[in-house]
Parts: sequence; C-alpha cells; structure tokens
Amino acid sequence: MYETIAFYLFSALTIVLFLITVMSKNVLYAMTALASGMVLISGFFFILGADFLGVVQLIVYVGAVMALYSFAMMFFDATRNIKEKNTPGMLVFLLGGLSALILVLMFAAPIQSEAVHALYPIHEGVGNAQDVGIVLFTKYLVPFEVAAVMLLVAMIAGIILAGKKMDQSLTEDIDADDEILTQKDAK
Amino acid sequence: MIGLSHYLIVSAILFSIGLAGVLRRRNLLMLFFATEVMLNAVNIAFAAISHYYNDLTGQMFAFFIIAIAASEVAVGLGILIVLYKKHGSLDLDDLANMRG
Repeated sequence: MYETIAFYLFSALTIVLFLITVMSKNVLYAMTALASGMVLISGFFFILGADFLGVVQLIVYVGAVMALYSFAMMFFDATRNIKEKNTPGMLVFLLGGLSALILVLMFAAPIQSEAVHALYPIHEGVGNAQDVGIVLFTKYLVPFEVAAVMLLVAMIAGIILAGKKMDQSLTEDIDADDEILTQKDAK
Repeated sequence: MIGLSHYLIVSAILFSIGLAGVLRRRNLLMLFFATEVMLNAVNIAFAAISHYYNDLTGQMFAFFIIAIAASEVAVGLGILIVLYKKHGSLDLDDLANMRG
C-alpha cells in the first residue's frame, strides 16, 4: 500500500522536476530541479530494495556531480536567462517519444521470450550491501578496476582542462615559462 | 500492486523527456543536464529489472553507469569551461565554426 503511494508520488514528482530541468530558461532553476529529481530517484532505488545503489546515487549524483555543476556555474553567467533558438517543440517531442518507444520494445523483447534468468541471485536474509560487495569484487572485479582507472583519467583531465593557466602550453610557450618562473620567484 | 511494467513506463517517460531535451536545447550546459536525466532513467530501469528478476546484475550495471556519468561530468565541465573562456558563450549556434 505504502509502496504504491510512494511509487506514484515519486514518479509524478520526478517527471515534473525533470520537465522543469529540460524546459527551464534559467540554469539555476534547471540545476535545482535536477538535484531534487535525483534525490527522488534514489527513493525509487530504496523502494526496489537496492539500498546500496540508492546511497551511491545520493552520494555521487546529489553530492559530487551537483557540487561539480555548481562549481562550474561560477565560471558561467548563471543569473542571466539563456537566450537560445530552440528547435520546434512538437517535432522534437514526437521524435523523442518515438525513439523511446522503440527502445522500450527492444528491451521488452527478451523479457517476452522468457529468456531472462538470474545469473547472480539476490540472497534472502543477506543485506543488499553485502550481496553487492560479494558480486562486485568477484564477478565484476576487472570492470571495477577499469572504472577506477577511468575515474583517475577523468580527474586528471578535469584538473588540466579547468586549471589556471592551463590553456597555455607549459612546455612550448616561452612566455608561459617566464610567467611560471616569476610566480615561483614571487613565492 | 506495482509491477515491473510500471517502473519501465516511468523510465521510458523520463528517458523521452531527456531525449527531447537533448534534441531541443541549444545550450551546452542544458544538454549536459538532459544527458543526466537520460542516464538516471536508465538506472531506474536497471534497478527495477534487478528487483523483479531477483538478479544483482542490473544493480551492477547501474553502478558502472553512475561511475561513467561522474567521469563524463568531470571531463565535460572542464571542456565547457575552456570553451566559455575562448568564446564567451555556450550556445551551439555560436560555437559552430566548421560551416563550409
């Protein structure tokens, strides 16, 4: 009963918030709506019994990704409304809806054929975090490590792209070398 | 009672909202937001299938999607900052400089 109420509440709120995200002309409104929509999506995960996934959603999306967006907002002019020439709405909604329908049909096809069976079943009486940990560190160990390397690469790329003076080449440009030397001397 | 199809329908609606946003918006930051919406919609579908088929694989894929989304945002925002420093705008029409 409560599950049903929670599901309908969360889905209605999420749809409205994400519509605001997509439609809004103000970056700050869009970002706030996106953050709250992500909190509600973690609510979906808790209903579905994927506790660890819900916690990761809260920490990574609402914590890290949204903080990153709001830091990036300092570089852009966020208070001004965005003036953009949008592509006409009806056509886009038709195309988006059609392709989403095709995707649903594609993913529903194996379910219809009863070909889906559980590879790594969820154990009764074992907490979700323990279950996830056992599968993640045995069957999915290599993708886990690759994801770690990918995050490291992304961190280095983010630092290099967004860092100060990083738009100049540090090795080839003589002016930049001089500038760095003077900065060192100043310290 | 809420079944798998309910979750899949919600996920499809959210995905089409995100897809419409990607097709409609011209501001690069807004395109990033729409991409996040699409990734989240897919995560809901994965978690729901994982629950109703009693299988952890869906949750695993959702974890990797979250990791990929985090690194995508880190690199993408760096690129956006460089673009904004260079052009003073994030509008795709202003950035199109390869028109023949």
